Amino acid sequence: MHEFIDAFKFIAHNGAVHGQPALPTLTHLALETLKVGAIGVAISIVIAVPVGVWLGHLHRGSFLAINLGNIGRALPSLAVLAIGDAFLGLGLTVVELALVILAVPPIITNSYLAVDGVDRDLVDAAKGMGMSEVEILRRVELPLAVPLIFAGIRTAAVFVVSTTTIASLAGFSGSLGDVIANETSYHFAGVLGAAICVAALALAVEGVLTLVQRALTPRGLLLTEPARGRVRVADAAMA
Amino acid sequence: MALVPLASGGPVIPDYSSQSSSCVVHNHLFCTDWVSHNWSPVLWPALRQHVLLALAAVAIGFVISMALALAAHRYRRLERPTLLITTFLYTIPSLALFELLVAPVGPNVFSAEIALVSYTLLILFRNILTGLRAVPAEVLDAAEGMGMSRRQALWRVELPLALPAIVAGLRIAVVTIIALATIVYTIYDAGLGVPIHTALGEGPFKTELIAAGGLAILLALLSDALLVGLQRVLTPWTRARAS
Repeated sequence: MHEFIDAFKFIAHNGAVHGQPALPTLTHLALETLKVGAIGVAISIVIAVPVGVWLGHLHRGSFLAINLGNIGRALPSLAVLAIGDAFLGLGLTVVELALVILAVPPIITNSYLAVDGVDRDLVDAAKGMGMSEVEILRRVELPLAVPLIFAGIRTAAVFVVSTTTIASLAGFSGSLGDVIANETSYHFAGVLGAAICVAALALAVEGVLTLVQRALTPRGLLLTEPARGRVRVADAAMA
Repeated sequence: MALVPLASGGPVIPDYSSQSSSCVVHNHLFCTDWVSHNWSPVLWPALRQHVLLALAAVAIGFVISMALALAAHRYRRLERPTLLITTFLYTIPSLALFELLVAPVGPNVFSAEIALVSYTLLILFRNILTGLRAVPAEVLDAAEGMGMSRRQALWRVELPLALPAIVAGLRIAVVTIIALATIVYTIYDAGLGVPIHTALGEGPFKTELIAAGGLAILLALLSDALLVGLQRVLTPWTRARAS
């Protein structure tokens, strides 16, 4: 297991390799990964949440919303990056485009299911109280849908971390994947060390977003259906 | 593991054969003549390996997940730890997991398969268990009333009723694994990632990027369609209810 010891030494030295002073530090690469990923997730949220929420509010387009999620999964990140590279040339734009293509489907699917699944009795009660459509959406449906919408964003964020590192294989530079794709400079210890960092980064993103999701969940929902967000995405493919 | 750093920029002269067409030499977007020349030496072997890698992973993953789900169905307290571990495995990015396995296992097909299998577990376990749990209690009571043993009820009532959920899980797993298998080339020389990698190193050579990337996407979509068909054949009653 001396490989792992060397890998942890590489991490402890923040990515410094003997005789290669020009290489970026691991902290820098990790922050770059987060930055590239955050831009992709932010764009995806802006596109996908309104579409999913609105379709869910109308209870329409379930076929589109659900199958979009499945098609998104079918797209291999490397293939999307490769095809984007062929058409436009690889740069930040193509990487962000690939991230958005991969992150939009799970967010749309989850937003749709979240709003579509709000108890119809509650919506009827809100109507009976004289709320307008927009008020129903804003004050009843959205608060109840937030946990599941956020579960979609979490799934997308973990995809995005993974894809951002894969972008390095396609020749993009500016993520922790750079180390994994460049064994010549970093040796296997560096590759393994970077792999450990990538895994830790993904787990951290998942962990932090899970906590945020829990904080956003209305207390009433937490008491009644603790496992809700987990099972629903898998169910989506059954329809 | 043999990752050659990619040539960035530079002139594009893919030297595949002496009879390279002007389309290939000028690296136009898509050269059909290159695809037809290189289908049997390059693309077909990569596609076949890709299918085999994915099939093996889903088959092994299915057996493990079925065992885990049946155990968790019977002993409820197994559910949480299993979900925790499979979620953990699922969250680790593929590129990282492959390299993490290379250290103890080596850069070979076993590392590739262990990683791919580990990504199927969460999807399949969760869907199989959801399907089994969704069987109505009255149906199970009826089965017991008919004198079925627990094992008979499982095989003749619970599993058939859970089938739509199980196939739904298989669809997601197959498509996910086909996508992830493109990364296998980083540790083991197989799958559609190999021609993608070659093409990236050559400029990039656009025809090969589009052909190999397109094949990976088509393969995923086609497998998904096949599984939808399979589900229709296996569960005719779901269609009867819908119509």
